[in-house]
Amino acid sequence: MRVGVVTFPGTLDDQDAARALRLAGAEAVPLWHADHDLKGVDAVFLPGGFSYGDYLRCGAISRFAPLMTELVPAAKAGLPVLGTCNGFQILCEAHLLPGALVRNAGLHYVCRDQRIRVDNASTAWTTDFAEGQEITLPVKHGEGRYVADAETLAELESAGRVVFRYAGSNPNGSLNDIAGITNEAGNVVGLMPHPEHAVEELTGAPGVDGRGFFSSIVRKLVNA
Amino acid sequence: MSLDTVKRAGQTPDERMPFAELGMKQDEYDRVVAILGRRPTGSELAIYSVMWSEHCSYKSSKVHLRQFGTKAPKSEALLVGMGENAGVVDIGDGWAATFKIESHNHPSYVEPHQGAATGVGGIVRDIMSMGARPVAVMDSLRFGGLDQGDTRRVLPGVVEGISHYGNCLGLPNIGGEVVFDPCYIGNPLVNALCVGLLRKDQIKLATAPGPGNKVILFGARTGADGIGGASVLASATFEDESQAKRPAVQVGDPFMEKLLIECCLELYQADVVVGIQDLGAAGVSCATTELAAKGTGGMNVDLNLVPLRDPTLRPEEILMSESQERMMAVVTPGDIAAFLAICEKWDVPATVIGEVTDTGRLVMTWDGEVIVDIPPGTAADDGPVYERPFHEPLGQHDLNLDTPDSLERPSDLRTTLLQLIASANLSSREWVTSQYDRYVRGNTVLAQPADAGLLRVSEVMPGAEETTRGIALATDGNGRYAKLDPYAGAQLALSEAYRNVAVTGATPLAVTNCLNFGSPEDPEVMWQFAEAVRGLADACKTLGVPVTGGNVSFYNQTGSAAINPTPVVGVLGVIDDVAQRVRSGFPAAGLRVVLLGATYDEFGGSEWAHIAHDHLGGLPPRVNLEAERDLATVLTEAAKQGLLEGSHDLSDGGLGIALAEACLAQGVGATVSLPGGDAFVDLFSESAARALVCLKPENFEALTDLCARLDVPCYGLGETGGDSLVVEGVLEATVTELRMSHEATLPGVFG
Repeated sequence: MRVGVVTFPGTLDDQDAARALRLAGAEAVPLWHADHDLKGVDAVFLPGGFSYGDYLRCGAISRFAPLMTELVPAAKAGLPVLGTCNGFQILCEAHLLPGALVRNAGLHYVCRDQRIRVDNASTAWTTDFAEGQEITLPVKHGEGRYVADAETLAELESAGRVVFRYAGSNPNGSLNDIAGITNEAGNVVGLMPHPEHAVEELTGAPGVDGRGFFSSIVRKLVNA
Repeated sequence: MSLDTVKRAGQTPDERMPFAELGMKQDEYDRVVAILGRRPTGSELAIYSVMWSEHCSYKSSKVHLRQFGTKAPKSEALLVGMGENAGVVDIGDGWAATFKIESHNHPSYVEPHQGAATGVGGIVRDIMSMGARPVAVMDSLRFGGLDQGDTRRVLPGVVEGISHYGNCLGLPNIGGEVVFDPCYIGNPLVNALCVGLLRKDQIKLATAPGPGNKVILFGARTGADGIGGASVLASATFEDESQAKRPAVQVGDPFMEKLLIECCLELYQADVVVGIQDLGAAGVSCATTELAAKGTGGMNVDLNLVPLRDPTLRPEEILMSESQERMMAVVTPGDIAAFLAICEKWDVPATVIGEVTDTGRLVMTWDGEVIVDIPPGTAADDGPVYERPFHEPLGQHDLNLDTPDSLERPSDLRTTLLQLIASANLSSREWVTSQYDRYVRGNTVLAQPADAGLLRVSEVMPGAEETTRGIALATDGNGRYAKLDPYAGAQLALSEAYRNVAVTGATPLAVTNCLNFGSPEDPEVMWQFAEAVRGLADACKTLGVPVTGGNVSFYNQTGSAAINPTPVVGVLGVIDDVAQRVRSGFPAAGLRVVLLGATYDEFGGSEWAHIAHDHLGGLPPRVNLEAERDLATVLTEAAKQGLLEGSHDLSDGGLGIALAEACLAQGVGATVSLPGGDAFVDLFSESAARALVCLKPENFEALTDLCARLDVPCYGLGETGGDSLVVEGVLEATVTELRMSHEATLPGVFG
C-alpha cells in the first residue's frame, strides 16, 4: 500500500502524515508539488500547513501546482484522497469538494483538543469508525469556518456527505458545525482537524483517535 | 550626487560625518579615525556605528558577562560555548541540541505584531545557522498591568505576531511565560527562545575561511526595513530630499523563513556550506565583518550585486538594512552550482556577492569604486568596552527593610486561593497559548501548561542514530524578586527553570539567558545588572550548568523609570528515555500526594503580597542551590525508576496554587492535610526548592527512601480523587469552581 504525501512550499504536517501512515503499515511516498508525477500511489494525503504562506487565499495558489493537475483527474476517477486543514482548503479551492473555509468566527487562530462526531463511516477514510462515534482530535487553524450556499449545504446534509461535526463547542463558527465533508463518491475527504497528530500515546493529542483514518484506508487498499 | 569613496574620504579629511546622529560618541568616532588613519566613508561609518552599538557589541555588559566564562562549571556536554550564534550541547547518541533566547522588546512596543513576529524569526535563524533543524520555540513575555489600557494594544498584537510567524513556520510553541506588572507598561518584554537539533558531526560555524571561496547572500531581497539611522547618514551626506521616513520596524515573512529552513537543511545535507551566518541586527554589515573576522581575515564584496526590493537604496542603507529572512554562506567554487540548484528548488533567491581573501581587509565596492576598506576584526571584535560605574540604588536598603511581616494575613484561605488563582499572573494562560500550534512535527511530548516543554528527539533528521532521548526546556524569571535582590533574583530564576526541567524527569544540562534591564548609563541600573550577572554565574557554577549564550537588552526604561530588573533564564535538560517523562498534575484518583522540600515563612516579592496588599519589599525567598540540586536528583531518579505518576513545581503562589493547578490538569481532585503549623504559610509561601508529586501508594516507600538518601524533606499530604480540592480543616473548593476562577481572567480582558 503506497500512499503519497504531498509537500508544497510551506507544507508543515507532511512529516506527521508520513509517520501516521507508516504506523498504520502503509508506505508513505513523498510527492513534490512541482512534479507532474503521482508515482503510481494508491491514495494521497494532502497535509496541513501554510502552503505559499496562505498568500492570496488559503490553498488558492497550491491548486495550480503541477502535481494538482495530475491529482484532480485521478481523484475524480476514484483515487482516495484525504486533505486535512490546509489540505482541506486546497481540495475546496481545486473544486474536488464544495464550499470554502474562511476566517474563524473568533478571528483568532485556535489550537485545542476538539471533540468530533463521526457522521459518515462509509467513506474511504472512515470505515473503521462507527457512525455517531465521538473522537478527540486536535484542531489548529485560523481559517477553518466552513461555509457554503444553502443549496450546497442541503445537498451535503441530505446525501450524508457531512463526515464529521464538531461536538461540544464549535471552534470556528462553521455552518452546521461541519468539521469535514466528502465528495459524492466518498473517495475524497477533507476535514479541519488533524488525525495525524493523534496516533501515538506519547505525543500529540490525548489518545490515539486519529488511527482510524489510516487503518481505514489501509484496510480498503488491502481489500482492493 | 557624489559617492563617498575611500579615495574621496582621503581627499576630504575635514568633512563632517553624522556620527552623533547614528548614536556614536565623539571618542568612539575618533577611534574609528585612528584605526583607519583617515575619516571613515559614509559606508564605513554605517558599519562601525551598528557594530559598535550596545546591541551588537555588548560594550556595557562585556566586562560582567565574562564571568559566565571564567566561572563556568566543567561540562563535558558543552560543544560550542558563548560567542557563536548559539551554544551547542551534546545530548548523547550522536545528537546535539542548540538553543538561545533573545529579546525583541523595543520593536514590540512600537509595532507589537511585527516586533514579536520578527523576534521569533531572528532567533530561529540563529539556530539554523548552527547547522540545526529548529524544532520548537518558546516565549517569555512581560506586559504592563492587566488593567492598563495599553496592555490591550500590546498583548494581542504580540501574541498574534508570535502565533502568525511561529505557526506558519511549523514550529511547535511548547511553553514560556506571560507576566503582568505595571513596570512594563512602557517597556513590554518579548524574549523569544528557539531550540534546534543536529547531528554532533554537523555543527556549522560563522566563519569565512579559504581564499577564493565565494560569499553567497540568500533568502529575501534587501529592502528599507529598520534603517532609520542609515537614512540620516544617506540624506545628510548625499541627498536631502527622498531618503527620509524609512520604516524602522522590520516586517517578517514566515513563508520565506520556512523555505529558508528547508533550503538550509538540504544545503547542510549536501555538505556544500563552509561557513554560515544569519542576517539579524546590522544585516550585511554584521554578517560580512563577523564572517571575515572569524575566517581567513579578508573579503571582497560588490554591493551592487545585493538583490534589492527597493532599487533606490544607497550602499549605506544596504549595509544597515535589517530586512528579515536573509542568510549568508561561504561556499567553495566547486560547490556553487549545487548550492544554487538547491536554492532554486526551494524558490529561495541566492546571489554570489563576493569572495574570501587573505588580505586581512574587508573591501566593498559600489559602481566599481571602493567605498569600504577596513580590517574586519576592528568592527566585529574590537568595539569599545565600558566599565560603567555602578552603585547600590539609594532606596535599596529601605526597600529590603520594608518586609511583608507586618502585612495583615487572611483568615479565610479559601477566598485567598480563589483570588490568587484568578489573578493576572496566576490565571490560565490558555487565551494566549491556544493561539500557538503546539502539535506540529508530532514530537511534542509536553507543552504548556506543563512546567517545561518536552520534545522527542528521534525522527527529526535523516541519517541520524535512533535514540529514545528527549529534551526539556523551561524559561523563568521574576522581576519582583530581582528588584528586591538582583543577585538572588537571577539565582531564583535559574533555580525555577532548573526545577521545571527536573519535574519532567529530565536532567538539567545547560543555560541560556536574556537579561532585560534599564539604562546602563544609570549607575543604579548598572548595579542591578552587575549583581544579576554575578548571581547567575555563581549559581550556574554551583549547579554545574554552563551558560551557552544569550542576550542583553538595556534601555528598557521610559524617562527615568526603569523596568524591574528581569533576568530571564532558560534551561535545557535531557531525558534518556522520553517515554519515562512525568506528566504535569494529578492524572488519576487513588494516588498519594507528596510534597518535596522545606517550607519557610517567605513572602517578600510574593504573589500574595502583590495581590492582597500591592506590596513589594523585604527580601525574596532564600536561595538554596544545594537543595535544588538534591531535589532535581530525586525527581529525575524517581522518574527513571518509574515511581511518579505526576509532578508539578512549586513557585509563584506556593503550594496552594500548585495543588489547584495539579487538580485542574486532568480535572482530578485531592484531599490533603498540611504538614506545618501555619496553614497560610504552608499554602502560600514561595520558598524555593520544592515540588509536588503524586504516585501509586505502593511506590511511596521507595520515594521516601530516595528522599532520605538525598536529605530532601518529604511529606505525605494525602490522596487524589473526588471533584474537589480539600485541605482538611482549612478550605474546600470544587474543581469546577477553581476552573471558573482560573480561566475567566484573560478572556474577560481580551475577549
